[in-house]
Amino acid sequence: MDEILEILNGLGLDADFEHCTSLVDDGILASLDIVSIIAELSDVFDITIPARDIVPENFNSAEAMLNMVNRLLDE
Amino acid sequence: MKNILEFLENTAPKFGGKTAFADETESLSFEKLLALSKAGGSLLAGRGIYRQPVAVFMDKAPRTIAAFFAVMYAGCCYVPLERSMPRHRLRMILQRLEPQAIICDEASAGLASELGWGDKLIPCAELFAAEVNEEALAGIRAKCIDTDPAYIVFTSGSTGVPKGVTACHRSVIDYANALCPVIGAAEDSRFAMQVPLYVDACMKEVLSVIKCGSTAFLMQQSLFMSPLRVLDFLNRHEINTVCWVASALTLVSGLGAFEEGRPEYLRTVCFGSEVFPVKQLHLWQRACPGARFINLYGPTEATGMSFYFVVDRDFAEGEPIPVGRPFDNTDFLLLREDDTEAPAGETGEICIRGTAVSLGYFDDPERTAAVFTQNPLNSHYPETIYRTGDLGRLNERGELVFISRKDSQIKNMGHRIELGEIESCACLCEGVESACCLFIKEKSKLYLYYMGTADEKSVQRRLRAELPRYMVPSGLYRMDTLPLLPNGKIDRNSLMNMER
Repeated sequence: MDEILEILNGLGLDADFEHCTSLVDDGILASLDIVSIIAELSDVFDITIPARDIVPENFNSAEAMLNMVNRLLDE
Repeated sequence: MKNILEFLENTAPKFGGKTAFADETESLSFEKLLALSKAGGSLLAGRGIYRQPVAVFMDKAPRTIAAFFAVMYAGCCYVPLERSMPRHRLRMILQRLEPQAIICDEASAGLASELGWGDKLIPCAELFAAEVNEEALAGIRAKCIDTDPAYIVFTSGSTGVPKGVTACHRSVIDYANALCPVIGAAEDSRFAMQVPLYVDACMKEVLSVIKCGSTAFLMQQSLFMSPLRVLDFLNRHEINTVCWVASALTLVSGLGAFEEGRPEYLRTVCFGSEVFPVKQLHLWQRACPGARFINLYGPTEATGMSFYFVVDRDFAEGEPIPVGRPFDNTDFLLLREDDTEAPAGETGEICIRGTAVSLGYFDDPERTAAVFTQNPLNSHYPETIYRTGDLGRLNERGELVFISRKDSQIKNMGHRIELGEIESCACLCEGVESACCLFIKEKSKLYLYYMGTADEKSVQRRLRAELPRYMVPSGLYRMDTLPLLPNGKIDRNSLMNMER
């Protein structure tokens, strides 16, 4: 979780990434941030995020991102 | 024909209940679009708002397009603005315009008031609810001429002060007549509109709909959060034509969407506004084997697009895709520094002449005079050309090839360098999606910013192998994304200001 929060806090945005559960729905993260996050998650966790996982639900909260990462690590 | 509205007046009776513009919540038929436009025009006319710029400050939606037409019905020109534009920019634009009327929706009213223009607001609900006054509209139309302005679109200036490109009806009509055959716009065309309504790029879809009876589906930017939702949008609405900026196409292909699905109905894919990496073009071509791919190029100052190239052969990665040839009734000159014509194959500034050349920048005679100038090859009568600041040359096939911005042509250690060449070389590297090269004059140093997963060292190694020593950037910076301007082009100024 710490790695993910570090990535999110590194975006230079003013948001409560630890608690917010509507990062995408509320427009805090734009499509370019998603591209950015995908690149970092792929790097840090050595995973490939397939297009089918690039949906708002998987990026609405830090926890959702963590769940996605864990699932991809298991696969 | 002398007014853009005539397009709509011709198609509306013919296509009646057919959808002209739609998004996920609203759908406007041709007849409804015409009715709303006339109602809005009547309201403005009733308030004596005539022959002046009217701001349309609304989110991207079908009724926003109706508001554009309403303004033109009133004999005024519209100025599209949107909440997503930076505040200081909105403030500067409104200060320059001093509009007597700002048409707003519920979402924008608050911001417009906050910016100090609350007393000029006309809610669009009120606008569209007005009674149509045919007599007043006919009176206005009778006095319209085709050199009256239709819209003012603000583009970023290199100094940071936005420039209001003012286009007249005749230029826009000329553009529509030239564009529609090239992109194959027809009754059965179904567009997915990616670009915002406050840039003139949206005229491709708007004009196709009102001239040819096509249908356009407006996409919200948030859709591009998910490449598969973009694919779903394309297939659900049976989209057969897209005119997108290259980076939007890259967002879909670069994130692996085509490993999961493909656009089923696409027959025409137009890309433009910036260089489309051949790597991404190939991904799209494989996903849509039957589609035509068209490179469009042109400055806002020459009304929409000016050149097109239908991809008719295979391109190697790193090879430039030509911008091709000018649209019908548009001509160009390639001028050298001394204002003489560049001989075949040599580089010159792309200068455009023809009806498509816009009227100039609103309330800005100085910057207008700098780039809208007399054709230096014609000393016999007044003839205005627009100097694009873009450099190009003709290839051996006679196709125009864009080389780079005039101001990015640099000299380093006595060598002439095109930054675009370094950028396209960087894009050849595995794991580099797009790149922007800067030259810092004071230090005589080149810096390369790129988006992708490749690490700096391997890119540097590749550039060393590919380029002459003097063209290899001394600093490389990997970024997760390159900063973009609202029109989708890379924001060079913001990179310039970054710490190195």
